[in-house]
Amino acid sequence: MNQWNNFTKGFLRENPILVLLLGTCPTLAVTSSAINGLGMGLATTFVLFMSNIFISVVKDFVPDKVRIPAFVVVIASFVTIVDLLMQAYTPALSNQLGIFIPLIVVNCIVLGRAEAFAAKNNVFSSFIDGLGMGLGFTMALVTIGGIREMLGAGSIFGYKFISETADGILVFILAPGAFITLGFLIAILKKINKSS
Amino acid sequence: MAKRESSFKNMAMALFVITAVAGLALAFVYSVTKEPIAISQKAKINNAIKMVVPEFETISDTVVMPVEGKDSIRIHRLLKGTEKSGVAVETYTDKGFSGRFSLMVGFAPDGSISNIEVLEHKETPGLGTKMALPAFKDQFKGLKISDLPGEKLKVKKDGGSVDAITAATISSRAFCDAVNRAYETNKKGGNQ
Repeated sequence: MNQWNNFTKGFLRENPILVLLLGTCPTLAVTSSAINGLGMGLATTFVLFMSNIFISVVKDFVPDKVRIPAFVVVIASFVTIVDLLMQAYTPALSNQLGIFIPLIVVNCIVLGRAEAFAAKNNVFSSFIDGLGMGLGFTMALVTIGGIREMLGAGSIFGYKFISETADGILVFILAPGAFITLGFLIAILKKINKSS
Repeated sequence: MAKRESSFKNMAMALFVITAVAGLALAFVYSVTKEPIAISQKAKINNAIKMVVPEFETISDTVVMPVEGKDSIRIHRLLKGTEKSGVAVETYTDKGFSGRFSLMVGFAPDGSISNIEVLEHKETPGLGTKMALPAFKDQFKGLKISDLPGEKLKVKKDGGSVDAITAATISSRAFCDAVNRAYETNKKGGNQ
């Protein structure tokens, strides 16, 4: 398979959030600002490509009937490692994302890629797939977070462009704003994918 | 290498090896990150204390005071040089709009509130979150709760003196509740 195609499919054609609609729970919950989206996206990217590599290495060693528990152990270990590292070296971000980092374990994108891709392909392709999917996920999270932060708080990456005391459109910071933003983005991407 | 057959021996072997490797890797990362995590948590508490009692140099001791139920409140007694510079109380309330939130309340040696810092909260963005802004919490500065009627802070709606945040009366009430709890606990045992 063409590695470049393999890498870029995560961005538009098979974007995990906007096309495959996997992992919408963390998507809706953490994207109240662009920086949160970026942190969550990069943490998931790391878990995704590390678990993809590892699963691709052990895929022949693991018998079919126990592959799901084996994959879950691998994924859970990498998530715990990320969680500990973030608590140690980026405590502010780890505070912000709180419960959602441990919950990467149950993010269906990670197990989905392990099942659909890493268990059938070689190590290098799996690494590229994990990286592409992770960055596509990050891109979608930052886009949603950026739109919600701009409309809801009048700032971008914490930098405020409206008056300090003014409020944005509050609904965009709250849960309904996440659904509205996600809905419009999916519609736009559908249009783009259809016309190309 | 061909796919291994799903016999009992193969399955047990595979799972054993994978969990053993995962366990070792986790133990290693845990031992490496243990110290930085402890340091960053301590720094977080110290920063919050510094915000509420600027006159603070060292913590002389920390008392854990039981409150109702199984909860407890930590009171840090502070020193500047060898002199007492006040106390910082980690307090909480369960009356927040979205459940519990916690505050750090600083009391000067004369018993007045020196400053308040929000540690953790889940209040509504844009409404309840305004409690962390100076516009709301600065009205507590210099206030002596012992001088208030009933020794309690109350919002104006409840006949008190605290200006509540517009459209976030519940958060404002909860904020007063947390500060009152800090005051009472401190009175009971922290400030000898």
